[in-house]
Amino acid sequence: MREMIVSELTQAAQEFARGFARLLPRLIVLVIIAFVGWLIAYLLKVIVRSILRLIKFDRLSENAGASQLLAKAALPSSSELLSRLVFWVAWLGFILLGVSALGILGLQEQIAHFFLFLPRLFVALFIMFFGLLAASFFSRAALLATVNANLPSPRLLSASIRAIIIVFVLSMVLEVLGIGEQTMLVAFGIAFGAIMLGLAIAFGTGGKELAREFLERRFAHRHEDKENEDELSPL
Amino acid sequence: MPEVSTQERSPAFRTDVKLTEESLLTDDFVRQLINVGEVDILVGLPTHNNSKTIGPVVAAIQGGLLQWFPRERAAIINADAGSRDGTPDLVANAAIDDMQRRAFNRSALRTLHSISTQYGSSIAPGAALRTILAAAELLRARACAVISPESTSIQPEWLRALLKPIYKEDSDLVLPTYARHKFDGLLITNLLYPMTRALYGLRIREPYASEFAFSGRMGSQFLAQTSWNDDGVRDGCEVRFTLAAIASGFRVSQSFVGTKPHVERHAADLVPALRQTIGVLFSSMEPNFSLWSGKTGSQAVPTTGAEQQFTLEPLRVNRKRLHEGFRTGVAELGSIFQSILLPDTLAELQRLAHQEEDDFHYPADLWVKTIYEFAAAHHRAVISRDHVIQALAPLFRGRAFTFLVENRDSSASEVESHIETLCLEFERQKPYLLEMWNGRK
Repeated sequence: MREMIVSELTQAAQEFARGFARLLPRLIVLVIIAFVGWLIAYLLKVIVRSILRLIKFDRLSENAGASQLLAKAALPSSSELLSRLVFWVAWLGFILLGVSALGILGLQEQIAHFFLFLPRLFVALFIMFFGLLAASFFSRAALLATVNANLPSPRLLSASIRAIIIVFVLSMVLEVLGIGEQTMLVAFGIAFGAIMLGLAIAFGTGGKELAREFLERRFAHRHEDKENEDELSPL
Repeated sequence: MPEVSTQERSPAFRTDVKLTEESLLTDDFVRQLINVGEVDILVGLPTHNNSKTIGPVVAAIQGGLLQWFPRERAAIINADAGSRDGTPDLVANAAIDDMQRRAFNRSALRTLHSISTQYGSSIAPGAALRTILAAAELLRARACAVISPESTSIQPEWLRALLKPIYKEDSDLVLPTYARHKFDGLLITNLLYPMTRALYGLRIREPYASEFAFSGRMGSQFLAQTSWNDDGVRDGCEVRFTLAAIASGFRVSQSFVGTKPHVERHAADLVPALRQTIGVLFSSMEPNFSLWSGKTGSQAVPTTGAEQQFTLEPLRVNRKRLHEGFRTGVAELGSIFQSILLPDTLAELQRLAHQEEDDFHYPADLWVKTIYEFAAAHHRAVISRDHVIQALAPLFRGRAFTFLVENRDSSASEVESHIETLCLEFERQKPYLLEMWNGRK
């Protein structure tokens, strides 16, 4: 009995040792890939950071309003953040490559999924960034136009435009990432429809007076002004 | 009716016509130009639905040419933006009769050609000027003038005042000086003139002129060197033309022409006006940095007649609207001003925005500081450059309010003195502009 137990234990130990011996070179390969990956990822980080600084990406990001969001969240500048992202994505990619070298079944499929997900992640980031840029540009344009035309509630209009564009961009980003695709589509449809309906009702009922005021100022008062006061010619 | 000499009609044309001009000018227009032959003087008339005012303007141009340039070969070129009120027909058919001809000058020998062409379907002053310049180059005009179709107060003498320094002297660009109401053209008196003067060191009173004259060689150079597809060139060609003359070292002079009519404007016209003038001026600063950065002080340009006259008739102006425009602008555009202005300047403006109408005063030094910070922000493109220009509108309203209050009861000489003080302030603070420009602040 005792001998049998010892024999089984010995066999198990030998199998473990054989398995470990088979795995050891792969583990070494994993460590080497991870180390080389770290070096390459670090190099990529430095290159990306230099390129972003060269093209003044931080200023672009400031214009897009992304810098302000990052500052509020106590995060580093956008060029630093993006270069760090490139580092981690690259390094993680190498680590997973090393892990796939271990030959563990099932894990390889997940790793393949990760690599297939990467292009979509970058497209999503691209859409997010330029979406924020567009939101900032159009909200600022609306703010300036409203103020210069002396229309009421310029900041409300500007913020509404920004919010609508950001909601639209977020729905696109989530769709690209494939996160709750159907849910997002339906949620966006409902939310957008609700906003539009709300605005229509608000303008139709609450804004009646505002519209009258606007039209009066636009047309009736202008005639009155023309009779009483000259307009100054800037040129 | 005087005969047209065969020599005059002969198409002694340049053979090196540029391809760009060929595609720019329509075949029919080129044919008409060929029939005219070479000219000494060309008068360009950019129009768009100006049937109400065009008649007297064309009559004055014709009168001026017959009276002051009776022996010169001349043509009037009407570049129209697709008028629907028959403006081009009015120009083409506005032939001066023999009696009027004799009244102007008995010795007038030449036929006065008048040609209309449509350059496009959208109103773009730059496109009109380009057509006129191309026609002037084809006709080898020695002297050219551009006259605004809205200049209802134009007199035949305006042609002499504008063209003589080009044709008989050696000027390359003649800009007008006018007699105008002390509160007209506030953007020019409070910003465009003082800043152009401080930058380029020349006291040009009307850098944005609706009437001006230029030599054939200057016109050709501007035509060749300008990138005509840029939006800025299409919209702000008048100021660009003046700045191009300064930058290329052409001889610029001024001539007093007469009274500039008061044109009614709406508050909404301010932003386009800022784009056409200050937008162009700011944009010119980058390519001309080496030219303006070393200039200090300013010098007068040769001027025929009065430099500038102010009329003082009563004018009811809604000052409250200007004050409100400033207050609302500063309150609502804080986030934008934060990107453009230094914190101290913004704080000062915010303090001003809290002042009541009676106490409100936007001082010259702060105004100049604001403008220079805007110019630097435009250079660095901290936000969209067009947004920088648009953000200037409420601040200009504040400055205009102060100017109106300051000069409410001022005589013409006092108004002139206030403008001169502002100009000197622009010149004094130029080192500050350079500091801002180079990012040292």
